Amino acid sequence: MKNNKVWEILRPYVMIGPAMIGIFLFVIYPMIYLLYLSFFKYNLLNSAMSKYIGFSNYIQIFSREDFYKSLLNTVIYTGGVVTLTMLISLLIAVWLSKRTRMNYIVQAGIFTPHIISIVSVSLVWLWMMEPNLGFLNYVLESLGLPPSQWLQSSKTALFSIIIVSVWHGIGYYVLILVAALQGISPNIYEAAALDNTSKFRVFHRITLPLISPQMFFILIIMTIGSFKVFDTVRIMTGGGPNNATNTLVYYIYGFRTTNIGYAAATGVVLMAIIGILTIIYFWLLSRKVHYQ
Amino acid sequence: MASIEFVNVTKEFEKKEIIKDLNLRIEDGKFTVLVGPSGCGKTTLLRMIAGIGPQTSGSVLLNGKDISNIAPGKRGVAMVFQNYAIYPTMSVRENIEFGLKNNKVNKIERKKLVESISEAVGLSEYLGRKPSTLSGGQRQRVALARAMVKQPSVFLMDEPLSNLDAKLRAQMRIDLIELHKKLGTTFVYVTHDQVEAMSMADTIVLMNQGLIQQEAPPEEIYHEPNNIFVAQFIGTPPMNIGELGVDGVRFGFRPESVTASTEPVESPFTLQGEVTTREMLGSETLYQIRYKETSFMIKSLIDKFSVNQKIHIGVNSDKLYFFADDGDRIHKDHIHYRDYFEALRGY
Repeated sequence: MKNNKVWEILRPYVMIGPAMIGIFLFVIYPMIYLLYLSFFKYNLLNSAMSKYIGFSNYIQIFSREDFYKSLLNTVIYTGGVVTLTMLISLLIAVWLSKRTRMNYIVQAGIFTPHIISIVSVSLVWLWMMEPNLGFLNYVLESLGLPPSQWLQSSKTALFSIIIVSVWHGIGYYVLILVAALQGISPNIYEAAALDNTSKFRVFHRITLPLISPQMFFILIIMTIGSFKVFDTVRIMTGGGPNNATNTLVYYIYGFRTTNIGYAAATGVVLMAIIGILTIIYFWLLSRKVHYQ
Repeated sequence: MASIEFVNVTKEFEKKEIIKDLNLRIEDGKFTVLVGPSGCGKTTLLRMIAGIGPQTSGSVLLNGKDISNIAPGKRGVAMVFQNYAIYPTMSVRENIEFGLKNNKVNKIERKKLVESISEAVGLSEYLGRKPSTLSGGQRQRVALARAMVKQPSVFLMDEPLSNLDAKLRAQMRIDLIELHKKLGTTFVYVTHDQVEAMSMADTIVLMNQGLIQQEAPPEEIYHEPNNIFVAQFIGTPPMNIGELGVDGVRFGFRPESVTASTEPVESPFTLQGEVTTREMLGSETLYQIRYKETSFMIKSLIDKFSVNQKIHIGVNSDKLYFFADDGDRIHKDHIHYRDYFEALRGY
């Protein structure tokens, strides 16, 4: 009897135990360790020589110009990628939302970049963006337009990376939006037609509100993802030229051997920024998102 | 106020003809019910009037004017959909006034209309609510209010009651009859439910496989069916049909027009059969009677017959129907009518 009662109480904890161990080992422990490291001047060769320095790392972050530069780059990159992807994928999704064979083919084509490794994508675009022999300048010239320096000028490098990221990700978001658009009952559009609704008003007052949950999801997922951009920068520019494409994660990567404590502190700051941004989104937009 | 006319209308879906060369006139101010089994083309006709599923060929006239090229929103028709098709992201008020806003009705007028209509359908307290917080019956009324507020000349309704429970449906039937009486506009109502058709219609248009089987008031549809399909579609249980054995002719009688007794009955058509099932419905009782190879349903006020009991049934001559081998009705003035009648005596 008594044993039974103990088991009754323990059972739920035993059941979630395996999952909790996983979460603790792979999520909570690394996060706490990151936070812990950020308070040290860490010595890689001899960890016993590591020194607790309090908030010095954080003070250093907020007083260094290169941090602000990479933060600014990241914000511009995120803004560019999120805006362009949302706009373009919405346009394409509206275009593809009719269920025809042609649309299925086009949709598969647009989705394909998403299944290619970002490393391959970056390399291919790296060649295409080569200023002298690259395909993109060849196209520009044959159209009679002035060629661009693409990745080799600090003016255009960040935008070039934005293009690659948008191209790579768009198929996935088109897929989500097409599904959302096809989920809207045709009766609603018929009712709107009988209500003498103009095309613009149908889109603005009916279509957009009905896909707002998916748009909101994309906004948040993409903001978080874009803030952590790394692979394209690593492969295509290495943060250059002249730090023009140095983003936060790449910035952290730069200190991976020289100053672990500082890198950890920057990581914590990045986490905080993403967290705050997400909260702001919810706070600003949750009233405009219609869940059914 | 408007009459509707279909002239040689044909509708194809992916090369399949759903409706072929159909002609129909729906009268001004009448409550017309299009009824038939699913896939018979009744909703297709309704969508043609609304303009949201235009005909392949032929024309649809509203008050004698061809409306084929007029946008749905400019036809002066309003529609209530089967699933209501309420705008889910708008409040009840926004739903009702959406059409008015599109038609640039000014704010004061709009407010007045929305308030009087929502008062009429009992939605005043719910104007600020989102549709997802309403019950099925309330959503139904939002859909109705949204249609009414536009003051259309034609009301189109596509099985509006099919998502409601039985009790609410009975109530809504009465409400709709009253609404029609009050507004006096043309109502076109689509349903597969013969009870709805019989109870509400001024005129029933009974369809099957894209063809109009009969177009008549409920009484006439019930008492004078044009063919076997109509005879069996209307009435629960449907009309009993038996083979006469002459020229492929079939005879029929309604379960409720039978006299049943344990004693032999005096009637032009009588038979003695055995009760195989009994369904007590309250005021009436349904019996299935086996006679030779066939069985007939009868509906009787007498509930004392029991299963396996032998009983006599009889049907009066004015309650007997004859149908030719193609299913069409054989009327009393047919030259062989008396012969068939005599043949039935020997059944």
